[in-house]
Amino acid sequence: MMRKEHAKLNPKRLLQDNSVPLMFVVICLICLPLAGYSPSYLLNELVTRMGRNTFLILSLLIPIMAGMGLNFGMTLGAMAGEIALILVADWQIWGIPGIVLAMIVSIPISILLGVFCGNMLNKAKGREMITSYFISFFMNGVYQLVVLFMMGPIIPIMHATLKLPRGYGIRNTVSLLNMRQQLDNLLAINVGGVKIPVLTFLIIGVLCLVIIWFRRTKLGQDMRAVAQDMEVARDAGINVDRTRIIAIVMSTVMAGFGMIIYLQNLGNFPTYNAHVQIGTFSIAALLVGGASVEKASIGNAFLGVILFHMMFILAPETGTTITGDSMIGEYFRTFVSYGVITVALIMYETKKRMIKSQTGHLLALAQKEEEERAK
Amino acid sequence: MENNNAPLLEMRNIKKDFFGNQVLSDINITLNAGEVLGLVGENGAGKSTLMKILFGMDVIRETGGYEGEIRLNGQAVKFATPFEALAAGIGMVHQEFSLIPGFTAAENILLNREPTKRNIASEIFGPRLDTLDYKAIAERSAQAIQKMGVQISADMVISDMPVGHKQFTEIARELSKEQLKLLILDEPTAVLTEKEAEALLNSIRSMSAQGIAVIFITHRLHEILSVCNKVVIMRDGYVVKESPAKEIDVPEITRWMVGRKVEAAASAAEVRKFDNAPTIMSIRKLWVDMPGETVRNIDLDIKEGEILGIGGLAGQGKLGIPNGIMGLYEAGGTVEFEGKPIPLNSPRKCLDASLAFVSEDRRGVGLLLEESLEWNVAFSAMQIQNKFLKNFGLFSWRDERAIHAVTNKYIDELQIKCTGSRQKAKELSGGNQQKVCLAKAFALQPKFLFVSEPTRGIDVGAKALVLEALKRFNREHGVTVVVISSELEELRQSCDRIAIVSGGRIAGILPASESSEAFGALMVSQVI
Repeated sequence: MMRKEHAKLNPKRLLQDNSVPLMFVVICLICLPLAGYSPSYLLNELVTRMGRNTFLILSLLIPIMAGMGLNFGMTLGAMAGEIALILVADWQIWGIPGIVLAMIVSIPISILLGVFCGNMLNKAKGREMITSYFISFFMNGVYQLVVLFMMGPIIPIMHATLKLPRGYGIRNTVSLLNMRQQLDNLLAINVGGVKIPVLTFLIIGVLCLVIIWFRRTKLGQDMRAVAQDMEVARDAGINVDRTRIIAIVMSTVMAGFGMIIYLQNLGNFPTYNAHVQIGTFSIAALLVGGASVEKASIGNAFLGVILFHMMFILAPETGTTITGDSMIGEYFRTFVSYGVITVALIMYETKKRMIKSQTGHLLALAQKEEEERAK
Repeated sequence: MENNNAPLLEMRNIKKDFFGNQVLSDINITLNAGEVLGLVGENGAGKSTLMKILFGMDVIRETGGYEGEIRLNGQAVKFATPFEALAAGIGMVHQEFSLIPGFTAAENILLNREPTKRNIASEIFGPRLDTLDYKAIAERSAQAIQKMGVQISADMVISDMPVGHKQFTEIARELSKEQLKLLILDEPTAVLTEKEAEALLNSIRSMSAQGIAVIFITHRLHEILSVCNKVVIMRDGYVVKESPAKEIDVPEITRWMVGRKVEAAASAAEVRKFDNAPTIMSIRKLWVDMPGETVRNIDLDIKEGEILGIGGLAGQGKLGIPNGIMGLYEAGGTVEFEGKPIPLNSPRKCLDASLAFVSEDRRGVGLLLEESLEWNVAFSAMQIQNKFLKNFGLFSWRDERAIHAVTNKYIDELQIKCTGSRQKAKELSGGNQQKVCLAKAFALQPKFLFVSEPTRGIDVGAKALVLEALKRFNREHGVTVVVISSELEELRQSCDRIAIVSGGRIAGILPASESSEAFGALMVSQVI
């Protein structure tokens, strides 16, 4: 809007601010010749993964805007999406209607979980990330309780193919074969051997527009105010706690949708651990795209998806070429995900400290100047 | 029943105590529309409390409310929250900025009052999804800025602004509220340059011409005289003088502000002279970056065996000196103790050199609230000097008996009111907690002791005891003591010399026997 842009283009600063994405560009460039994939294969893989993951990553943006950091609690939304998919699969509603219905069913579950998570995070202001991380562990237990014991006796599950042989609880894998890539294939076009899931990208595009629009709403403005100074926002009459809860609920609902898009692409999912690392991978991707704990844009999300997944595609084959063992690539991707999150958190703290010591430095300078003037 | 002849604001017989500690007594203030009232007084005189009452701040209600009556346009009002006060047309600009750093001035001026446009989503989900009307925001903020009469850029982000412009943004925010009838400015010129302050005074004049009444709190007394219709001087919770601004001058205001009863001066008589004593600590070119209390270019020599007071108004930097030397905030310069330099930014080194510090932040820095008095008293001594430990070669045990004995000794000596030496520190009253802090420092048996705001928030009886204990500690053990306090009288009663910090520098050092007026003049001499 009417913000004054007066940041000078400082090459060193630019390099410093974008060090993480640049590092990944370099990694990808090194891996590219070693892996030896054809461009069309690479593009195909990349486009598929973009369609699969971008929605999930975008769901992280709103809590960052509200100053709540990286929302590990998005896992809760993923769980809601999975529960919705299990139910829809049991009702035997397939194809696009199944996907749409699953999204609708996931909304109330996501809202419930989001309100719970948001309330917890309001009790742990300033420590949202670690708190949401552990809430996701805790909720994983609740999820298992629901899916393993309550589905069957309490929540009716009709089809035996879904149930464990003992008669209740869900099997280890839920097949979504009749839903597989339905969203991606509708309106899909083929450009030079690369399949482009136009509808999925359209949905992602709409979400981006919604996020951009949302920033310009009263609620979006309130979130940005709350992010920067809760005290001031409260003094101005903004209901801080409620605003923060809404941010988490929005993120959870979006994550639920994102998970459904993600799983329809895969075509089946491991019931008990599909969501386990989804938060970590999504957050890592966003950070690779150059986001930080307090600032993330749609551009960061897209760049992150491209770079992070490019590495995912290249790493196993590169590992095989170098060491003859494809496991090294698998190891590398997990290592990098956790590594990049750790680096981002450390950088966030160092930056805060740097700003603090800078004011002291300025004071010392002012004193020196004054002495010289006195002479 | 709005009465047009009634004054805009009447405060009648306002009384307020904090848990039996009377801070306001029988305050009567009347203010007409368009009038500018200057409110002056030392720190702790009750100005802020009075304004908090008027503004309906939560802290007043939480501490038991107030007595007396406030009338707006002849109608009795009692605000439960600042929002009610705002709705009634009272605006307040606080000493601390209340702005969102990453927002523009315009966004801050209209924070949470942004003009919006409806859309489909907001019809369904409610008004919070209205889109912001940026054009209207720009217009309305420009109007407010114009009303203020000082030009600031509406689309500049707050964090890029010079500090004076932040202040003006706050004022514009209050002016943008259409119902505004009374504006309270709490030390608005403290952060302004000379020129900006002049602009602010002009803007106050123009507000007054538009019929807005202003209560103007400041330590820059000449400003009061140039802009106010009348001056109210407070001291120790009383209004000691109310006068039209035309009939009073700066020396007279200073006299009313600090002047005490005659007997207070008596105790200052036992001032000792240390001209020939060796310098125990020499501070050169010290700067300290303590938010709100920055100091720079401090040169100070402290003589062995004396009690030195450091006084000054709040926010002028006196607290920065001990906090910087003891390594709690970032500092630079040189500090020599007994001829040896002390490394800054390293609390442990200071303690190792036999320096001790009783912090003004009792609950945060001073005490282990969840632990017993014994632990509190002995903890530092155990950690730093290996006292109260029985050594068994590889490992050492706490000497519980010695800890018990020393704690009881201090409980007796300082008359700490508690159920026993094992009571938890958090269960004690403020005054007694302060005594525990002192005991903790005494147990270190330091050569040099900084005591910061030793009497803040404690009652008169406890005050006398704490000061007496400090004096005795100084006299009996020959410990050099530096007392930092906002209350000049207290310093005059206990110190040999008093340094006054004003505007982040030492404005002067005078013997404690000097008159209150002399100190008062120093306090306001370089106020920034």
